[in-house]
Amino acid sequence: MTTTTGEAAGGSVYEYIVRTKDLAKFYVMGGQEVRALDNVALDIRRGEYVSIMGPSGSGKSTLFNMIGGLDKPTKGTVFIDEVDMAQLSATELAWLRCRKIGYIFQTFNLIPVMTALENVTLPMVFAGLSTDEALEKGANLLKVVGLGDRRDHKPTELSGGQQQRVAIARALANDPAIILADEPTGNLDLRTGKEIIALLKQMNEEKNVTIISATHDLKMIDVSDRVVWIRDGKIERIEERADIKVQVGEMEGEEQ
Amino acid sequence: MAGVVERIPDKAGIQKQIMLPWSKALQMTRENIFVRFGRSVITASGIFLGTAFMSAVFFGGAAAAVKAKLDLEQGITPQEAEMQARIIWLVTMSLVVATVGIVNSMLMSVTERYKEIGTMKCLGALDRFIVRLFILEALLLGVLGSVAGAVVGTGAMTIMWMGRIGAKNTFAAWAAPAMKLGGSPVPLWLCVLVGVVIGGVLSMLAALYPAWRAAKMPPAAALRSEF
Repeated sequence: MTTTTGEAAGGSVYEYIVRTKDLAKFYVMGGQEVRALDNVALDIRRGEYVSIMGPSGSGKSTLFNMIGGLDKPTKGTVFIDEVDMAQLSATELAWLRCRKIGYIFQTFNLIPVMTALENVTLPMVFAGLSTDEALEKGANLLKVVGLGDRRDHKPTELSGGQQQRVAIARALANDPAIILADEPTGNLDLRTGKEIIALLKQMNEEKNVTIISATHDLKMIDVSDRVVWIRDGKIERIEERADIKVQVGEMEGEEQ
Repeated sequence: MAGVVERIPDKAGIQKQIMLPWSKALQMTRENIFVRFGRSVITASGIFLGTAFMSAVFFGGAAAAVKAKLDLEQGITPQEAEMQARIIWLVTMSLVVATVGIVNSMLMSVTERYKEIGTMKCLGALDRFIVRLFILEALLLGVLGSVAGAVVGTGAMTIMWMGRIGAKNTFAAWAAPAMKLGGSPVPLWLCVLVGVVIGGVLSMLAALYPAWRAAKMPPAAALRSEF
């Protein structure tokens, strides 16, 4: 299938944090087989910001679930840091989700009964941090995302943008190598969406965390190192930042 | 594949590093019960009504036994024999009704939290953490509900019987046999106590299956559900 290695950068060897091989997911719907993902080979470099773009139903959320270990593929393999995810036990998979990957969702998915700080510290509790350590680290993370004064608020007392900031702080709780975001700006207005994208980019640069975002928000292209276009469960094309600069200008212009 | 081999020592360490201390689980459960107070009341009310009815029936049995003894002393022939069969029948029915109620509300309370369960698994929760949280919640609600039910059930009967046989005789009913089990009489206090324990255990069992099933779901499926 599509070759996605780093040849474009003059033969330099990249360190890949995520690799998928012949990845496929088939569903049976109403007696018919739906190929949500078909033969996807995608290599993602450590520290890069990748956007997975495509119309709804193109398979980008399915790809998100496969990379995040949230669902099992029908065929093929996902390697995280060269470890085959299918070989992991339930506990190891939980460890991976807890420590290696941070998740961000379109609907924020904060635990409604918990305050912002409790939401951010929950993954730290699972990781075995003491209460004091967790509280200190959690409060710092909330400051980083600009919500230092909202730590004791419940999700219902926060705006959408604020909830997504809490979600970002929570995703960063255990210093993950990867942040997986599924339509992170999908429920936000234009301006708040931009702020969230800027925050993700800032985390990407400051903490060198790899960001993989499934989205159809064109504003996201601006900050992406690479854009993976998906259609009908297959990778249509992969564009490097250098190749898309020109197009971005046009699209941004259209939107404003 | 060298990378995989190197990571095996890592893997061994993984086991110990995912945890949910009981104290934290208890704190989360407590918050959950208070924040979702309406839902908690509905869940607990099934077991509350069941135990209230059950302890009232027991109390009635014991008080009737006390009254029969008093009647006998005064030379009146009591009619006690058929009471026994009726009490067992009523108690069984109240337990069945309460169980159906709890199973139903536990199913609802787990189902409406599928998304939350999926999120927790994304944050690193093991299946058994999810089960633990729901079991704790059900146990707390079950015990609270059945204790409250026992208090209200016996309280109402106390007021009722005090008018008929006087305060002293009514309180004597606590030691009187409320039912016969295998021919030997069981005193009221023991019947009520066992009833309360059964209430707690039943509500825990009612939560076990839905919680286990929800915990086993792949996170992607749990996250997709809309409630």
